[in-house]
Amino acid sequence: MARKISFKQAINEALDLEMRRDPSVIVLGEDTAGGAGAAGERDAWGGPLGVTKGLYPKHGDRVMDTPLSESAYIGAAIGAAACGMRPVAELMFLDFMGVCFDQILNQAAKFKYMFGGKATTPVVIRAMVGAGFRAAAQHSQMLTPIFTHVPGLKVVCPSNAYDAKGLLIQSIRDDDPVIFCEHKNLYNLETEVPAESYAIPFAEAYVAREGKDVTIVGYGLMVHRALEAANKLAKNGIEAEVIDLRTLSPIDLDTVIESVESTGRLVAVDEANPRCSIAADIVASVTEKAFGALKAAPQMVTAPHTPVPFSPVLEDLYIPSADAIVGAVSKTRKPAMAA
Amino acid sequence: MAEERIKPIVMPKWGLSMREGKITAWLKPLGSRVAVGDAILEVETDKIASAVEAGSAGTLRRIIGQPDAIYPVKALIGVLAEDDVADADVDAFVSGYTTPAAEMDDEEAGPGYQFTETPAGPLRFAKRGEGGEVVVLVHGFGGDLDNWLFNIDALATEATVYALDLPGHGQSSKSVAEPSLKGLSRALIDFMDKLSITDAHLVGHSMGGAVVARATLDAPQRVKSLTLISSAGLGQDINRGYVEGFVTSTSRRDLKPVLEQLFDDPSLVNRQFVEDVLKYKRLDGVQQALSTLSAALFPNGQQADVLAGELANAGKPALVIWGANDRVIPAKHAGALGEAAKAEVIKEAGHMVQMEKAGKVNDLVLAHIRS
Repeated sequence: MARKISFKQAINEALDLEMRRDPSVIVLGEDTAGGAGAAGERDAWGGPLGVTKGLYPKHGDRVMDTPLSESAYIGAAIGAAACGMRPVAELMFLDFMGVCFDQILNQAAKFKYMFGGKATTPVVIRAMVGAGFRAAAQHSQMLTPIFTHVPGLKVVCPSNAYDAKGLLIQSIRDDDPVIFCEHKNLYNLETEVPAESYAIPFAEAYVAREGKDVTIVGYGLMVHRALEAANKLAKNGIEAEVIDLRTLSPIDLDTVIESVESTGRLVAVDEANPRCSIAADIVASVTEKAFGALKAAPQMVTAPHTPVPFSPVLEDLYIPSADAIVGAVSKTRKPAMAA
Repeated sequence: MAEERIKPIVMPKWGLSMREGKITAWLKPLGSRVAVGDAILEVETDKIASAVEAGSAGTLRRIIGQPDAIYPVKALIGVLAEDDVADADVDAFVSGYTTPAAEMDDEEAGPGYQFTETPAGPLRFAKRGEGGEVVVLVHGFGGDLDNWLFNIDALATEATVYALDLPGHGQSSKSVAEPSLKGLSRALIDFMDKLSITDAHLVGHSMGGAVVARATLDAPQRVKSLTLISSAGLGQDINRGYVEGFVTSTSRRDLKPVLEQLFDDPSLVNRQFVEDVLKYKRLDGVQQALSTLSAALFPNGQQADVLAGELANAGKPALVIWGANDRVIPAKHAGALGEAAKAEVIKEAGHMVQMEKAGKVNDLVLAHIRS
């Protein structure tokens, strides 16, 4: 049965279904139950935005409220994973990674390799990413490039409820550490989602829109901006192909290259800051592998090289807009020699 | 008076969930002569791309729908009329036309998809029409009731039509208790029991045809007639590459060329069609169900159950329809029942002949039910 549910309900459903199927799946984080064990209403919070609400009454002690210490509980989750559990730890905001990054970078990502395959670390670290929430510089970053850089980590960033559920189920079933990024501004977006369990494979990009004139690649919120841009371009007779990467590591470059071989023009959109961004990564790889197919220099549309502003006016300017994407597409239609 | 000689061309409704369609191209120029059954324009919906066939004859007097524009179901997109009808009358018809509201249509028709509990688990089905005769449509391997998108409404004009998702398919239960032809046939009969269908005209496509054939042999009293479309069960040959490709493909890149084998015109396999099949294949239990079924029904690249001989002696009115360019099960199987069946092989159609030549298939099935 497919029905419309929101992105955050889809995440809740994925967690619930996997917890029912596999007793080794546990959920832990700050206020993931919220108020558990205290007198009064049980399951008061279910996470800061209510994503895990309802899991504690169903699964009891397998949903754990942790102390306010990321390095402690992310470390605990990683250790539990190495000892046979399948924890889903919530880092709340990916911005908080700083305090627990050694656990992720030097422990979780390395165990499989440094123990010669004798250890697996099937941990999922869920975290909110992205700007537009008026949450300011320390709660709005898109730090995906930092994690995609690290071998041994998988990085997932869905753009809609259907993908969120299927990719979270896949992440939980995967034996490697997965950084599961949830764009806080997509939480209320509703899509048709089957009630049953299903898993979407990693490294399989989704062609959200077909078109022959230009390839626009993005992930998360940027997919929606790209589709808006595509609609604007269509009014001027330009048909854009929009590719939703879905997973950033492993990444499906083949679909991007296949598309560029047909359109000859590439615009990579990324909400991250420009240096060493996913956009830069894609443009470099495509240029290297499909240079002959390019009719114009590839373009990158990213946030500026600044922290996320607190001023709402500036924050809105910070996030790449559909118009910025349209502008980048126009640049690909000028002759290659022109600036 | 002149209005009866003015025939509207409207956005068709294909299947239960279609609300709107996009015109991709007109196939006939303005002013050309159109005969009944001619393909006049191409439409793409969120499920499929296909051609719209003319329901009446006439000269194409107005092209109203524009390519790449989206129109609601039943919106006026063109006008056919005889040459001697005045332009002023055609213009008056166009300005006087109002698109019937979609809401009203839905209330009359009742709920689209429904579910029922059976011994095989919950099964999804659709029911249309209120005629005295009952028709049950059974899809094929890896398919679902939407394979009958272009047939269900046409058949419902003269009969009560049911289309179900077999166990392991569509939105029915994904665990297949008995993954065999007998098991699926039993599930079909149990479904009919649950819905108090005493007997019916069974129509099966591909593997669904073999299921319908098995049901005819196992429970002949429940079957008034059978129609076998591109059916399994009539010979050993089957395209092994197609079956294996369908079962093993997990990505869009791998699955698209497999699905293209289903049609005479591979361009009908659009992105949404591939995505819908992938969404189904990803559901827990489907991979298992499809592997088990294909191992039971098509082991070693051949059909295990050939029922042609027994069927020919079953004494039920039988109609066999095939697309001449079927690349999954060869059209020569259409003759397998010999004199015991009426066989029709339709040109320029592949394995999904009920979609590619829907008009012709609907006419044949309706004629078969009436007789």
